[in-house]
Amino acid sequence: MENRQLTCIGCPLGCQIEVFFDGSGAISLITGNSCQRGETYARKEVTAPVRIVTSSVRVYGSRKGERMVPLRTSAEIPKEKIMDVIRDLRGVSVPCPVHIGDVLIRDIAGTGADAVATKEVE
Amino acid sequence: MGELERTKCRLLIIGGGPAGLAAAIGAYDEGERDLMILERETRLGGILNQCIHNGFGLHTFQEELTGPEYAQRYIDQVLERGIPFRTDTMVMSVTKAEDGTKEVMTVSEEEGLVLYRAEAVVLAMGCRERSRGALNIPGFRPAGIFSAGTAQRLVNIEGYLPGRRVVILGSGDIGLIMARRMTLEGAKVLVCAELMPYSGGLKRNIVQCLDDFGIPLKLSHTVVRIEGKERVEGVVIAEVGPDRKPVKGTEEHYDCDTLLLSVGLLPENELTIGLGANISRTTNGPVVNESLECSVPGVFAAGNVLHVHDLVDYVSEEARLAGQSAARYIREAEGGTVEEKARVEVKFSGGIRYTVPTYIAPEKVHAFLKIRFRVGDVMTNRKVVLYLNGKAVSAKKRRVMAPGEMEEIVLTEKLLKKYPDVTDLEIKVEEDA
Repeated sequence: MENRQLTCIGCPLGCQIEVFFDGSGAISLITGNSCQRGETYARKEVTAPVRIVTSSVRVYGSRKGERMVPLRTSAEIPKEKIMDVIRDLRGVSVPCPVHIGDVLIRDIAGTGADAVATKEVE
Repeated sequence: MGELERTKCRLLIIGGGPAGLAAAIGAYDEGERDLMILERETRLGGILNQCIHNGFGLHTFQEELTGPEYAQRYIDQVLERGIPFRTDTMVMSVTKAEDGTKEVMTVSEEEGLVLYRAEAVVLAMGCRERSRGALNIPGFRPAGIFSAGTAQRLVNIEGYLPGRRVVILGSGDIGLIMARRMTLEGAKVLVCAELMPYSGGLKRNIVQCLDDFGIPLKLSHTVVRIEGKERVEGVVIAEVGPDRKPVKGTEEHYDCDTLLLSVGLLPENELTIGLGANISRTTNGPVVNESLECSVPGVFAAGNVLHVHDLVDYVSEEARLAGQSAARYIREAEGGTVEEKARVEVKFSGGIRYTVPTYIAPEKVHAFLKIRFRVGDVMTNRKVVLYLNGKAVSAKKRRVMAPGEMEEIVLTEKLLKKYPDVTDLEIKVEEDA
């Protein structure tokens, strides 16, 4: 496995961290970080990176003529599933009213997370 | 046209975004009941409504909210208190009447012109984006050039994708956020060019909006030409030298139909200027004192209209103080106790570009005051030291400071009590061995 280069997101310093792996793919060395937070971040980022995904879908029947409702995944999902989540949102349209926290799609893209509304749309 | 009748309202808050909402709540909780929020959009919440990404409210709520969710927390507090608001209402002017009250001219489709007379006003109009005109990029004026925030509105509110192949100039947070957003919606973002040798955006956004999608960030690069007459057909990017001028021979052409600009925000102060308040040439916001009151008594300012913030949490906190100050001002004006207090200028050195506030009347500091500032360059291993009458009274270590991150130092009422004769106040950024 090749070594990985990362930018730490822990603080404005933005350390350039390099992660090296041994023959079995286990982490052998983390360098370039200036504190423990950098090491923790790098370890997680190379083994199991996760993200919250936010997007929006169409609404219909809005009293105020609103066209879109924003949403988020209810939990962090594996980074490699981001585009699967987005694909599941294509063509989705939901009726108004929508309230913050309403589940729009359950278990989106098999991630175990739901797509939940993040805005009140009347 | 006949003389308009004046509608009385003791406190008017101009703008129903995060600053206006928090100012209204602050004023209400300080005891003011005759107040109103004026908002030009159809709903409260301001720019947060189109900021659908997460990362808001970590400081205030200890959780990561999206923009609309953060706004709703404050809208709910406004509704719980029964604070009145008018949406779809544009403020045309704010003027000071001879008796010291403020006249606020508004217009709305529903009511036409309405002229308010207020004891105090909180300015919370926010900011807007720098446009192409501010950059002097040569070329025609084809369709396909958007500010990042306009693109954000088109995608997230209107439901349109403004382009398929995108170049982004500027690595401000909105530009980075839109790089990801456009990618998720099916566009190809080719490159993000940044004039400066560092990005003004948060590290987290660089990683999660560019790196995650393999979008290159070219530092010390700028757009030198926009091609296309009817629609953008391409953009030429070149490297810039230390003088920030393009270096010949480094030009690179990108075939694209869209150019997004994320090149800075400007406080929206037409009303403030019309009122005659002093404006800072550094922040482009009004010059304020410890109460966030500008040079016109009874007019307060908070949020991005005062100085551009990077975190909404700080906007809310600042605006709450502006609202409280406005409520106190009205109370004191009624008691006839408003008097000129001795004020001390906040001096600064060591790379600080500005502070908010600019002036402090020590006896008007309630409990504590956060002096916010920005530095002009990336600096490491520093300490921020507060001097009163030439004596260092507090210091805090900063491992790294950057222009993109607002800094603060706290001045406590307790500390000021120890120096009742303070005439000299200075904040210095010093090397920390």
